[in-house]
Amino acid sequence: MTSTIDSVHAPAARTPTPRADTPAPKRGRLSVANLSVAFRRNGILHQVVHDVSFCLEPGQCVAIVGESGSGKSVTARSIVGLTGKNSVVDAQSILLDGDDLRAATKRQWRRIRGRRIGFILQDALVSLDPLRPVGKEIAEALALHHWGNRRQRAAKVIDLLRAVGVPAPENRARQRPDELSGGLRQRALIASALALDPEIIIADEPTTALDVTVQAQVLALLAETKERGVSVILISHDLSVVAHLADHILVMKGGRVVESGSADQVLNDPRHEYTRSLINAVPSELTRGKRLGAAPSDTATTPAADAVAVSIAPRPTDHDCSGPVLQAVDLVKRFTTPDGTVTTAVDHVSFALERGTTLGIVGESGSGKSTTARLALALSSLDSGTVTLLGQDWSSLSEPRRRALRREIAVVYQDPLSSFDPRWNAERILLDSLTDAAGLSTAAKKARVVELARQVGLPQEILQRFPLNLSGGQRQRIAIARALAPNPSVIVLDEAVSALDVSIQAQILDLLVDLQRQRGLSYLFISHDLGVINHLSDQVLVMKDGVVVERGTPDDIFNRPAHPYTRELISSLPDHPRRNP
Amino acid sequence: MTRTSSNSPPRPAPGTRPVVPTLRRSPTLTWPRLRRIVEKIGGAVVVLFGAATAAFAAQAALPGDRATVILNIRAGQAIERTPAELAQINEQYGLQNPLVVQYLDYIGGLLVGDLGTSYQQFKPVSEVILQQIGPTVALTLTAVALSWLIMIAWVTLTAGRTGRLAGAGAVVDTTAAGLPHYWLGIILLLVFSLGLGWFPVISGPSAIGIVLPALTLAIPLAGFMGQATRTEFERSLEQPFVISARMRGMGDTGVRLRHVLRHSVLPAITLSGWALGATISGAVVVETVFSRPGIGKVLVGAVNSQDLPVVTGIVILIAALYVVANLLVDLAYTLVDPRLKSA
Repeated sequence: MTSTIDSVHAPAARTPTPRADTPAPKRGRLSVANLSVAFRRNGILHQVVHDVSFCLEPGQCVAIVGESGSGKSVTARSIVGLTGKNSVVDAQSILLDGDDLRAATKRQWRRIRGRRIGFILQDALVSLDPLRPVGKEIAEALALHHWGNRRQRAAKVIDLLRAVGVPAPENRARQRPDELSGGLRQRALIASALALDPEIIIADEPTTALDVTVQAQVLALLAETKERGVSVILISHDLSVVAHLADHILVMKGGRVVESGSADQVLNDPRHEYTRSLINAVPSELTRGKRLGAAPSDTATTPAADAVAVSIAPRPTDHDCSGPVLQAVDLVKRFTTPDGTVTTAVDHVSFALERGTTLGIVGESGSGKSTTARLALALSSLDSGTVTLLGQDWSSLSEPRRRALRREIAVVYQDPLSSFDPRWNAERILLDSLTDAAGLSTAAKKARVVELARQVGLPQEILQRFPLNLSGGQRQRIAIARALAPNPSVIVLDEAVSALDVSIQAQILDLLVDLQRQRGLSYLFISHDLGVINHLSDQVLVMKDGVVVERGTPDDIFNRPAHPYTRELISSLPDHPRRNP
Repeated sequence: MTRTSSNSPPRPAPGTRPVVPTLRRSPTLTWPRLRRIVEKIGGAVVVLFGAATAAFAAQAALPGDRATVILNIRAGQAIERTPAELAQINEQYGLQNPLVVQYLDYIGGLLVGDLGTSYQQFKPVSEVILQQIGPTVALTLTAVALSWLIMIAWVTLTAGRTGRLAGAGAVVDTTAAGLPHYWLGIILLLVFSLGLGWFPVISGPSAIGIVLPALTLAIPLAGFMGQATRTEFERSLEQPFVISARMRGMGDTGVRLRHVLRHSVLPAITLSGWALGATISGAVVVETVFSRPGIGKVLVGAVNSQDLPVVTGIVILIAALYVVANLLVDLAYTLVDPRLKSA
């Protein structure tokens, strides 16, 4: 019976054990020499990792940085022999304390995983069994390696949770991941990986999807673990996360290591073009008003100079344009939870979005920022307050009357995949969004769709593809094109770049800035990422527990924060790698 | 699959409980839960009422004079009856009353547990059913339990594998799901009773006699549930929490049994609610093939002889079983997936 996940370590038979003839050049705790990984698909081998080598010393952190698809996760999984179905792993050597892992049997692997190498995956909501209490998951790590008896394990679980900073661990151990906050469940996941004091911890994007304050806590926890002498392999697409912890950084692109060096050298004196672009892609205060991406990339043609763009240039609006395009006064929204308690998700929130500007709303999950977006879009009913769109009453209209005005306001969400019909190709998705083109011929509509695609920097060929076959960046471009289709005045961007790799995020942010300049668009930009907010916004609202705690220009908010919560947020920001001119 | 077990420490006494803001469970939980139960029971009553009404309407819509039919059933021959004879029957069954009155009488009877009297056997329908329900319920429950065993073993063994086993898994599911009870029953009878002599030919009330009839019902059901479970199983195998468990040092078998299985059985539980009711109709065929006593045989007999009170009684009974089965399904759901409790 073939296993589903265990990978085939092919060359064990081919190359004799290197210990015998070729002594490994450097003997760290873990040393990987010339690791290559391929996947067999339809009988053809696709190489995804080429000749990766590194060495990990006790108490050291090696970071592997690259965008999704760069092979960084596959590299990490190969180290624990779980590369995946149909994979072929080839390496000159993978030595863990002198033992060659390539020759490990299934049984030996199981003794290594969890006990000698701990692994932390991205999102604890799905990386811990969602049907079981977290305590059981941690106890399972102990039980699998025959640690203690039931009672001892139960006590150890509580100790472990306490050690990773979970308050009231006795109660938390009985709760399921969905009953815990993002930070607490990520800590529980880390506790399950640390359970048996492994020598090595591999953390694969451990802070992606976490709020900035929680991210700071998780990174601090990893740093503490490192202090205790545990070696850490940290995998991330974000150099600013890595900068905090890494001693040595590998930058991967297309399955190859393009740059490898000490953290100091890679962050401050990057040699490779790609490393430099990654560092420059991190949005922050310093990048405001500047382009994040390098020169226009191959897929993205800058639409700025296009003569055709005239046909969709900002149209003279027939609405009153003296005041703000979107104004909210004293919005209140309450929810009743299934057990009958009433929570106020949005509590007397007011804002005004001026034409051609960006209003950033920043806050952690649960702060009410997305509910505010839904209220602005009139997708949820208000408990009190008013929303005015282009000077017209927007929130109190009946839905049929509202529909005429609806094309003035569009929305882009975090995950476009779930907002696309998976059976429609990109062209059909965009055709469907041409709500005001009823009178046009099919050919004219298709021409407009092609034009929209050009505007967002997508070549025409992409239009025939289905959402599943588009990359994350391409999907988000389609989502933006769909939002642009009815020619709106306002676009609500709800965490629109949060799921993207830093380099792709940079391209999308540049695109948004270009579109705003060309078309005089106004953005209501919602994000938990302070760097992105700082980069893009003209005005910023900081929200916490449904209340706006602070508002002002990015300069005020980030350099002279008045509210303690804002200060806490800003102090949680990871160290930014130095930006290269 | 209990949520808490002895390895979690005992709940601290109320006084010593650390002050932690509870995330969602507030003390007012009882009221919505009570409301949900009331809603469930209300729904069940509506379903039963609908089934009873439909059964009555079908009865009323049948062609021919009812009194004549009743007399013919009793006599076993179809002849013209004199008005005097008919008047007596009409009087006995209240057939001279307007339809609305008959309907109200009928529903009123149901409320006090009176399902009417069999035309043929001169006994209350409830008595006819009660005498025969035991073997059928035993058969149904055994069949559903067997189908779960077969399905879980087969899916756990074959789902998400590579190579020949993977193909075989799904093909067997589909084939099994398509087997007709009638054909399968006869084949099992020929091979295991007549050929090998392992089981009695006439199953009777003995424990061993129930095996073949139950298998006849269980195999197609296992195939059917297996198709749904396999899809979920393979989806769950790809989930990050499975990789997490493997990274902790858990083997493939452990992951399948301890994590994936639980995630993949929800659709099969839904189907089981339906299956508990549907195997009763399957029992009609199986009880005939294996000469077993049971409600199925009563139903076949009643339909053939137009013994309508018995037919409607059984229809209402099956509806009631569906309702009970679905309540059990709801309960099983929250046991398997505790997240649904708060949803």
